[in-house]
Amino acid sequence: MLSMEFIVASTIAMLTAAGIYLVLRARTFPVVLGLALITYAVNVFLFAMGRLAVNLPPVIRSDAAGYADPLPQALVLTAIVISFGMTAVIVVMALRAWLESGNDHVDIEQPGSEGEQ
Amino acid sequence: MKALAVAPVFIPLITLLIGIMLRPYHQQVKVVSLVGAALLTLVGIRLVALANADVVLAVQLGGWEAPYGITVIIDRLSAAMVAITGIIGLAAALYGLVREGNPDVLRNFHIFLHGLLAGVCGAFITGDVFNLYVWFEVLLIGSFALIALGGGRRRLSGTMTYVVLNLLATLVFLLSAGLIYSSTGTLNMGELGLIFRAGEAPPAATLAVVMMLVSFAIKAALFPVFGWLPASYHVAWTPVSALFAGLLTKVGVYAMIRIVTLVWPEYGQAHEVLLWVACATMLVGVLGAAAQNEVRRILSFHIVSQVGYMILGLALASPLAIAGAVFYLIHHIVVKANLFFIGGIAARMTGSERLAAMGGLYAKAPWLAILFAIPALSLAGIPPLSGFWAKFVLVKASLADGFWWAAGVALLTGIFTLLSMSKIWNETFLKAHPQGEKAIRIDDEMRWGWWAISGLAAMTVLIGIGAGPVMEYAIAAAGQLADPVVYFQAITHPGGR
Repeated sequence: MLSMEFIVASTIAMLTAAGIYLVLRARTFPVVLGLALITYAVNVFLFAMGRLAVNLPPVIRSDAAGYADPLPQALVLTAIVISFGMTAVIVVMALRAWLESGNDHVDIEQPGSEGEQ
Repeated sequence: MKALAVAPVFIPLITLLIGIMLRPYHQQVKVVSLVGAALLTLVGIRLVALANADVVLAVQLGGWEAPYGITVIIDRLSAAMVAITGIIGLAAALYGLVREGNPDVLRNFHIFLHGLLAGVCGAFITGDVFNLYVWFEVLLIGSFALIALGGGRRRLSGTMTYVVLNLLATLVFLLSAGLIYSSTGTLNMGELGLIFRAGEAPPAATLAVVMMLVSFAIKAALFPVFGWLPASYHVAWTPVSALFAGLLTKVGVYAMIRIVTLVWPEYGQAHEVLLWVACATMLVGVLGAAAQNEVRRILSFHIVSQVGYMILGLALASPLAIAGAVFYLIHHIVVKANLFFIGGIAARMTGSERLAAMGGLYAKAPWLAILFAIPALSLAGIPPLSGFWAKFVLVKASLADGFWWAAGVALLTGIFTLLSMSKIWNETFLKAHPQGEKAIRIDDEMRWGWWAISGLAAMTVLIGIGAGPVMEYAIAAAGQLADPVVYFQAITHPGGR
């Protein structure tokens, strides 16, 4: 049977691989999705850093058998909120860049347009 | 005392909130922004005075004792960085009074400026790795808004490059923060330093620190990950690019100095890599500048090469070299921001940023020429300006450790910098304007910009003439970094002093 650690680690690996592939496409929509996927990978990684525990409370109680590390859970909550905001910002930026240039390349500046104001 | 320690973050945040509430009233927003930046400067100066009297402020936020809670800790380096952030913020707010373009954009500049300052100051005063990540994100959001300010095709192109690369760097940092927690069980920088210095760090922790340094290197624009900087800084509005040039890469440099001196106080393998990276950064940056023909593009490449000097000081790891790096940091922020302001004013007067289409400013505005010459010569390292002392100490430190080739690279870079500055001087100031003298526009609006650049130029001269006390401060700061008793005390004697 596959261990939980193996499944979580493979999930992180797949998310990261897909994310890197999408970011390298250098088109705004894939890049936004790619950044989101890498963010998910990092968040899951961060969550797993407190060691994986099943059916354990994240608080210490006298009658509990053990406890799950609460700190990574707090950290990942912060990271999720921040990355959600970041994704919103980058979507707006990408949309503006597309509307202004009619081009969805991340690097919309063409050679030869240097110095254009 | 506790209020003073968190004031560098709360002053910009409160200014930001008042600014948002006063949004319909443009004039009031500007006044609030100026007052906020001035207050931040005053707090910074007070912190430097306290740090100079060997007081280290440490506060445990929320009353949770270290290493469980978040520590805010202000030593000499942090205090100096906060003060300089306030000064650059004040200069940018002053320049922001110039009426240029859409008034709504100007008002938004003053609001976002304080968001950025809060993030920068937070990064300088925190003693916690995850908290550092949060402040990085705060300053990143502020900088995204600022760099895109005004819109336009060219600007948004630079913005996308900047946003994607900086987000990736921050994600690498978050990853390393997680790895540090899982391998050492702490996120407190002081405790992290203790674990590494005791030689009890597991291999995973070393990997995490290396990853962290890679992400800081992207933020500081070191070789070979500097490409995003010259591709994006030159598109922003003048005060924005000056603010970025002065502060943002230096947050990365500060974080590198902080972490490396804590975990690896002695010269080792990591320092050797950093030494090569520093030399490559200096050379590539200055050679890249030689190929450019726009004022702010040239200056952007010089940011890269100048960051190399600071990392050279960090890589040498001797007390003198670290002091040189700290001195360089202080001097460079003032000089670089000033050059970007002056480049913006020159572009406004001549109507273009391309060197070929500029000119004639020496005859029309000799004062601007002199004000350009001061930071430009300082950047190249001409005595008695601040840059000379900064370079002198670094070269002396490299020779003292037997790294004559590093000293050679530093001197060579200085010569190329001088060449590059004389190129700007010839094209912008000496040669006649291609469309005749009438094309040069001098308007009364610029007086606010003049205040900003004159103040910064005066600071450059002051740091040069008063190099002794500044250097003593830097040496004491390096001493604190090499032997961070205070950092460790903040853990063992929580509650602070």
